[in-house]
Amino acid sequence: MTTTHTSVCCGFCGLLCDDLTLEEQGGVLQVTAAGCARASSAFARVSGATDAQRSPRIKGHPTDLPTAIAAAAKILAGSQLPLFAGLGTDIHGMRGLMDLADHCGAVLDHMNATAKFRNILTVQGYGWVTTTFSEVRNRADLIVVMGSDVASRFPRFYERLVWPAEALFVPDLSQRKIVSVGTAQTAAAQSPEGVTPHHIPCGNADLPDVLAALRARFNGQGLAVTEVAGVPVSALDELAQQIREAQYAVLVWVAPDLDFPQAELTTQMIAGLLGDINQKTRAAGLPLGGNDGDFSADAVLIWQSGFPFRTSLASGKPDYNPHLYDTEGLLERDEADALLWVSSLDSRDARPETKVPTVVLADAGMPVDDDVAVWIPVATPGVDCEGHLFRGDKILALPLRAVIDTGLPTIKVVAQGILKQLESA
Amino acid sequence: MLIKLSGARVFDPTQNWNGEVRDIFMRDGRMVAEPEPGARIDETYSLPGRVIMAGAIDMHTHIGGGKVNIARMMLPEDHRRDLVERGEHTRSGCGCAAPSTLTAGYRYAEMGYTACFEPAMLPVNARQAHLEMGDTPMVDKGAYAMLGSDDFFLRMMVAQEDQRAINDYVAFTLNAAQAMAIKVVNPGGISAFKFNQRSLDLDESHVHYQGVTPRKVVLALARALEELSVPHPLHIHGCNLGVPGNVETTLDTIAASEGFPIHLTHIQFHSYGTEGPRKFSSGAARIAEAINNNPHVTADVGQILFNQTVTASGDSMAQHRNAHHGSPRKSVVMDIECDAGCGVVPFRYRDKNFVNALQWAIGLEIFLLTNDPWRIFLTTDHPNGAPFTSYPHLIRLLMDKPFRDEMFARIDPDAAALSTLGSITREYTLAEIAIMTRAAPARILGLQDCGRLGPGASADIVVYRDDANREDMFTKPEYVFKGGVRVVKDGKIQQVTWGNVHVVKPEYDRAIEKRVSAYYDRYQTISLNSLRVRDDEIPLLSNGAELRVHTCARHRGKP
Repeated sequence: MTTTHTSVCCGFCGLLCDDLTLEEQGGVLQVTAAGCARASSAFARVSGATDAQRSPRIKGHPTDLPTAIAAAAKILAGSQLPLFAGLGTDIHGMRGLMDLADHCGAVLDHMNATAKFRNILTVQGYGWVTTTFSEVRNRADLIVVMGSDVASRFPRFYERLVWPAEALFVPDLSQRKIVSVGTAQTAAAQSPEGVTPHHIPCGNADLPDVLAALRARFNGQGLAVTEVAGVPVSALDELAQQIREAQYAVLVWVAPDLDFPQAELTTQMIAGLLGDINQKTRAAGLPLGGNDGDFSADAVLIWQSGFPFRTSLASGKPDYNPHLYDTEGLLERDEADALLWVSSLDSRDARPETKVPTVVLADAGMPVDDDVAVWIPVATPGVDCEGHLFRGDKILALPLRAVIDTGLPTIKVVAQGILKQLESA
Repeated sequence: MLIKLSGARVFDPTQNWNGEVRDIFMRDGRMVAEPEPGARIDETYSLPGRVIMAGAIDMHTHIGGGKVNIARMMLPEDHRRDLVERGEHTRSGCGCAAPSTLTAGYRYAEMGYTACFEPAMLPVNARQAHLEMGDTPMVDKGAYAMLGSDDFFLRMMVAQEDQRAINDYVAFTLNAAQAMAIKVVNPGGISAFKFNQRSLDLDESHVHYQGVTPRKVVLALARALEELSVPHPLHIHGCNLGVPGNVETTLDTIAASEGFPIHLTHIQFHSYGTEGPRKFSSGAARIAEAINNNPHVTADVGQILFNQTVTASGDSMAQHRNAHHGSPRKSVVMDIECDAGCGVVPFRYRDKNFVNALQWAIGLEIFLLTNDPWRIFLTTDHPNGAPFTSYPHLIRLLMDKPFRDEMFARIDPDAAALSTLGSITREYTLAEIAIMTRAAPARILGLQDCGRLGPGASADIVVYRDDANREDMFTKPEYVFKGGVRVVKDGKIQQVTWGNVHVVKPEYDRAIEKRVSAYYDRYQTISLNSLRVRDDEIPLLSNGAELRVHTCARHRGKP
């Protein structure tokens, strides 16, 4: 028998599309409308997990949940500095993990944090002007993408935000201009009329120079060169003029793709450019994120502790240090002596190499690693448990529903179970 | 379980209890009348020399939602001034200008506050506000949904739709966002800023929605709330916030309400004249006179106090204009979802700065020149004027003339010369403080069981030592009871509780939902079903809190 689920919200990227149709057969989900490759494989993988994949394990041996929780508690109880990392979870999972982290004095870091700090440090040092999806969809007449093929991480970005059927304030959407600087856009960016975005090619590592030159030219400053990293200054002049003439220019970037040293100086350059533009006309940034629950975990951490990722609760008070409390560094320097790795959203095993005792809370689609001390499969928000995630523009927290019932525990339930063991010990 | 509090001076203006010594009783979380002689009393507190009031209510405090979390994220250096260690009953966190949710809840309770209302919840961001309020322990909470710069509403205004349709949309929004009231912020101006309009005066047209003016927005919304019988009138953050000369705008806004009840929020920021050598002067006397003469008008002050804080506002237009005043110099401004916007700018108010000093004096003048404590509320617009933890200091400024004079002598002398504060002799009484921080906010919000101590009320009780230093007294109550549970002793949390969520759910013609839904499908990036915060989501969002639905039956009528 086939069951059809409509208007399903998908948590597998920051777009949080809420219009998917899924068909369920024998508990396995297939995306049949409003999907993308990422959603199709994720729903199929998580829902199609075998019973063996859904069983908790201690050093590879199947066990029951209470035994696994007790083993996890024992590892945390014996740790001087536990590291809670990965943190691929939703708002409620993060709430449960925060209760546990406060009790254990853990450090909290996210698998995407290195990229996220390219933005966080800019907000903490400078600030910016930003916008959200529906504003982009209805208002932007110029969209400048810097350093990313956006659709590779957010597959339906162009379909849903850039090329809808109509927009409130852009009467003729065929006039909407797309410019990409650095990485080129793939076919998804093409307009319905078949127009491809204007491309200003350069290596992403050259973006700091190119964007600095763009900002200088926007502000009418002279440059002693005629090209910057292979980009003719005349091309930047043309872009600066388009920005000046735009009703509402949107500058889009995706922090993980700005993968070069001191990338936060580049996002700061973008923020500075936005500040300059807004002196006279309107423009806003769209720093896309939200994949792997990164905005959700970060938001909870910020409202409960005051600080973003890379915050340690070891001293009993929050201690935030983006340069000291990164996952790789803590493990390399033998500072963390236990790892709680959480990844319930995308079946991607992004764990760092480590010998420290490890507890993994993973979605059922994740390939099982029998060397891990304690492996606890957990439910995935939007597949087999309900939940809430923040969208990639940080403004909307959307509800995800349990489409199927697998009986797997939520991260919050597991975290509460571990905490109960520790409190009664 | 019957508990007796005996021998204290009790203040409850709703019962006409003005500090006479009396015994009060609570049973199973509720206040009860004095039992029959011989009834078994399970516990008695002997409290001679103490002062008892109901739990305090902060009717305007930014405790949850997107802009508050942006403020937290922006200010690690500020948090580090006040890191909070986990305790026996409490979680770790931080205080100061943008405290963590948990610390905010503890500190409110430790000061005797038992209910807090977030005044600027964007409908699209409603879940985040409920999530953060849900992680704010100890206190009851509720939020005001923002309307007036959202494109659906502005399109209705351009189309000159019938007031009934606007009422339906307002009622739908209150339901969909799980809100307690409606707030308008810079009416139409947040939208106008997206179209590059940099100011929008009361009778100025929105550049895109031709013919729509802030005056028309205010009137349509004020009328809607009156006709829906929503207890709290339209909560107005007016045009021209912070602009010298905006006292005229504020007086005109009162006229624009055409007699419909309105609440003017953080009115201190809207009471500036243009007299004097620096073209910046106090409009407090005129504002206080207008409040005194217009019984349909209430206001909260939004007092500033001298310290580091952060301003977090839905008024993206004003925040962008003022971003260069930021200290430290950084700011976040956001255009949001064809719904609203926000702006966050850290700020340091200095007593030797002419403008800041005069702002301080203007706020106090408004407090002291407004006659009716039922219609003026004690707020700092936390954190915009000062963090809420400075309320005890503010209460002392109001109650203690010599202390006020001492503080007045320290401010910038040019500002002091322009203020009448030194000549004002009024000192607020404890009875008046009980009105403005308890009974009056409960009345203006329609909370039937908060802010009072009479039989049937929630047993939210604060026991103070009657200290002549009112700042000390209000900083550290001896006991706080929340719903009958003793949650604070000697100013420290003893037991953590989680409050309820207060909402109103006015009736409306469901036909409006079809229209909004079609609009969402056509233009927005989610469906209406994803926007709407369902009743059954509240326990999950709000940490097990229960919905307390208040009736919209009371018809106030035009004065």
